[in-house]
Amino acid sequence: MGSPLWIAKTGLDAQQMRMGVISNNLANVNTTAFKRDRPEFEDLLYQNVRQAGGQSSQNTQLPSGLMLGTGVRTVGTEKLFTQGNLIQTGNNLDMAINGRGFFQIQMPDGNLAYTRAGSFHMNDQGQLVTANGYELQPGIAIPANTQSITLGEDGVVSVKIAGQAESNQVGTLQLADFINPSGLQPIGGNLYVESAASGAPQVGNPAGNGMGSLAQGSLEGSNVNVVEELVNMIETQRAYEMNSKAIATVDQMLQYVNNNL
Amino acid sequence: MDRMLYVAMTGARQILHAQSLNNQNLANVSTTGFRRDLAAFNSQPVVGEGLPTRVYAMAERAGVDTTPGQISTTGRELDVAVDGEGWIGVQAPDGKAAYTRAGDLRLTTNGMLTTGTGLPVLGNSGPIAIPPADKIAIGNDGTISIVPQGGQSATLVEVDRIRLVKSDSRQLEKDRFGLMRQQNGQPAPQDASVRLVAGALEGSNVNTADALVNMIGLARQFELQIKMMNTASDNASATNQLLRLE
Repeated sequence: MGSPLWIAKTGLDAQQMRMGVISNNLANVNTTAFKRDRPEFEDLLYQNVRQAGGQSSQNTQLPSGLMLGTGVRTVGTEKLFTQGNLIQTGNNLDMAINGRGFFQIQMPDGNLAYTRAGSFHMNDQGQLVTANGYELQPGIAIPANTQSITLGEDGVVSVKIAGQAESNQVGTLQLADFINPSGLQPIGGNLYVESAASGAPQVGNPAGNGMGSLAQGSLEGSNVNVVEELVNMIETQRAYEMNSKAIATVDQMLQYVNNNL
Repeated sequence: MDRMLYVAMTGARQILHAQSLNNQNLANVSTTGFRRDLAAFNSQPVVGEGLPTRVYAMAERAGVDTTPGQISTTGRELDVAVDGEGWIGVQAPDGKAAYTRAGDLRLTTNGMLTTGTGLPVLGNSGPIAIPPADKIAIGNDGTISIVPQGGQSATLVEVDRIRLVKSDSRQLEKDRFGLMRQQNGQPAPQDASVRLVAGALEGSNVNTADALVNMIGLARQFELQIKMMNTASDNASATNQLLRLE
């Protein structure tokens, strides 16, 4: 008796989960360099109730059998690493990656994390850090008395120090890329960490070897498409209603048995 | 008691099966590339002495509806949708070739091209592996070309071609993983006329209005079977009354 009820229940689960992903995408519509998620569904295993081609009598065969599916399940969510819009901010320490690659961030536990959100700040030692205070790797120290900082699209950082005519190079930013960026594990705070699915990072200079180039004074916006998410939301809501209708119908069928037999 | 009770009982049970099938379609209304299962009933007359008045019903999955689903653009370079008829060849968990319409492809760390459910996508000769690339483009005919890592954007290298097949829908059946296979167990022939749309995904082809109406229809038919059981019970009690000695 359970089967049609439970199948519809998996549908409800899937739609609820999809709603959660849509809400998260919409909530992050203004998060710097946020990459939207997409839930992936697959149909669950089919049960072979009656084999097609079985003998229905001595000389006849069943033309088709009965294979009942058991519903739907969420395989996972996938981050879509399409490029977000570049937003001009004019701030010297804002950097956007135009193309592939991630900034490398030194976490407090010593491991590296990766991000595309390039709104950097300077700490009291002149190091470039994220909004959370985690250091950008390779570390770049900006000397005191710096008048202006210039970041080339190939990652070369040069500063002009007060009283000097020429600008000095103080370091080169490097980016890391992954064969399967969707496999990176998001840990919040705009950060990702390497996982078995993402592969090992390949570090290189920006604007070379397939890495994106850097744009100073810009930030990468979120790649959430609000209209698309709203349409998805409508679709999800209606699909949810239909599956709950299916549960109600099966419930009524069983109720009818109980009341009338 | 008359065997009619059993006919009604089987009817009710088979209708519940059909309802399961319908609910399965509804549950998969947003599964990428899902193909709707068709339900049908088959009559099974019981032939014996006397008149063959007892005909049992048998629910069956008559096949799979292969009408295309809605194509929506996603802009992701590894998403492909089959335009019109045709199937994408994948390697099923048992190692044999199977076919799907779900084109949410991805790369593993080894560079293997797989579907969203992790099945390797088949190329001209076996599963497709893609070398490290800056850019991957999938052409209309399934040709995969890449800009190798560090290469010039003008030097596109052709890697492989996704195995696209066309087969008579009557020859295809859904296996227990939800993948399509040829009934005779042979691989389906590759077909150059199958077209892919890159950067788009095909949705499920479940018609929700149809499924809802079907659901209501089945529910009412179910009630009818219960009514028949009641009638059988009434008949039996009438018979008992008749034979009661007073």
